[in-house]
Amino acid sequence: MTWTWFHRLGSPPYVYALAARLTPWFAWPAALLIAGGLAGGLVLAPPDYQQGDGFRIVYVHAPSAWMSLMVYMTMAIAAAVALIWRIKVGHAVAAACAPIGASFTFVALVTGALYGAPMWGTYWEWDPRLTSELILLFLYLGYMGLRAGLEDTQRADRASALLAVAGSVNVPIIHYSVTWWNSLHQAPTVMQFGKPKMALAMLVPLLMMLAGFTLYFVAVLLVRLRGEVLSRERAASWIPEVLKT
Amino acid sequence: MSARVTSAARALAPEPAVGQGGAAAASLGADAAAALRAARLALLRDLTLAFRQRSQLIQPLAFFAMVTLLFPLAISPELSRLRAIAPGVLWVAALLASLLALEFLFRDDAHDGTLEQYALSGQSLTWLMFAKTAAHWLLTGLPLALMAPLAGLSLGVPVAALPGIVVSVAVGSVTLSLIGSIGAALTLGIKRSGTLLSLLTLPLSLPVLIFGARATELAINGAPLAAPLELLAALAVLGITLAPLAAAAAVRISLE
Repeated sequence: MTWTWFHRLGSPPYVYALAARLTPWFAWPAALLIAGGLAGGLVLAPPDYQQGDGFRIVYVHAPSAWMSLMVYMTMAIAAAVALIWRIKVGHAVAAACAPIGASFTFVALVTGALYGAPMWGTYWEWDPRLTSELILLFLYLGYMGLRAGLEDTQRADRASALLAVAGSVNVPIIHYSVTWWNSLHQAPTVMQFGKPKMALAMLVPLLMMLAGFTLYFVAVLLVRLRGEVLSRERAASWIPEVLKT
Repeated sequence: MSARVTSAARALAPEPAVGQGGAAAASLGADAAAALRAARLALLRDLTLAFRQRSQLIQPLAFFAMVTLLFPLAISPELSRLRAIAPGVLWVAALLASLLALEFLFRDDAHDGTLEQYALSGQSLTWLMFAKTAAHWLLTGLPLALMAPLAGLSLGVPVAALPGIVVSVAVGSVTLSLIGSIGAALTLGIKRSGTLLSLLTLPLSLPVLIFGARATELAINGAPLAAPLELLAALAVLGITLAPLAAAAAVRISLE
């Protein structure tokens, strides 16, 4: 096996073209899966015997929460690859990830609060998962703030990459310490999200939504990546040629 | 300023020639010894400078006392109520005070070029960062720990709980200094970086806050506090192992 495919990723025009070519392959399945998952989750699945129709928000909440962590991991891995092998595209990927991840985190928080209203009788409960999501949002905001604060793109790339790697070491520690903290101050009526076993008619749409959100993330990432590559290479000679077609 | 520069120069002075025919192992040992000596000199230099500019030492402590004072005024002077929130108050105040003190960690050294000399000196920047962070802890974390009993007494904490509080703040602030050194190194050269620095370091410091406040709470209740203290110590060990590496990389990025 040769490493040519890997080395080609170092070339911005190649990455730009590749991202353009791959986008529909992720966008269309994402659209189909999300449409199917929504139909299955909001219409076909029976109401929950305890939570009624209120549980249906889980079809947006759980995939967003899952994506918020997965995007952070993607960002940290891209940043580490960029730092170690000095692949500039890795920095572009990491930079493109952050706003998407922050948006997923925000959606997970809002839907979590809305889910809490009928379930807990309050919009905000210091539940370990919601608290971890909130901390994750601050990690994303710090990352984006550092990028915004540094004017030189190269320095912003490397500094934020280091922050993402340091943060990824810390994310599990934060998660477990928050869980530990919560177990000390357990409120009597806390209900865990998604713990009870789900009926198949409920589970299948949820898995479709998970897959759909993941593919949607990749599609958006590819679009943003093209934007990042264009803005980074704006002085390069290949840009006018590509944009003409 | 001349004191700053001469002491920096002494810390980085070229090493006396090591025996020429030494084996590889001997030269490795000599390298380690040189790195340690440079780190020791950097540590002594930072301590000397701080003792010549005492306001830097006193400001975080005054801030800590001031934040502690806010709570009785804002909530209630009743000691029984204050005692219930004392762990949280002490740790939030300590966290904010150590955050405030981070400004002194690299700012002057970056400003007058000392940091650049460190990076160019050929000595291990990781060890130098470790030394600087150690000096920072000796100048802020340790005094905060020693002052915590005073703040604790004012919040109605029983005397028997004070040793536990001192130990927990002392151990926890090691990690705070280490995490802060990464944040301070990353934000070097950003104007008005205070809010950004807090946004970067506070989320990473939350485990320290959780375990520290828990240890303090147990100490106040007279319960054994070994478990959270051990977790705090584990965080400190992890931080000592990894943070100087990250801080050195961050300083190199910032100096590019």
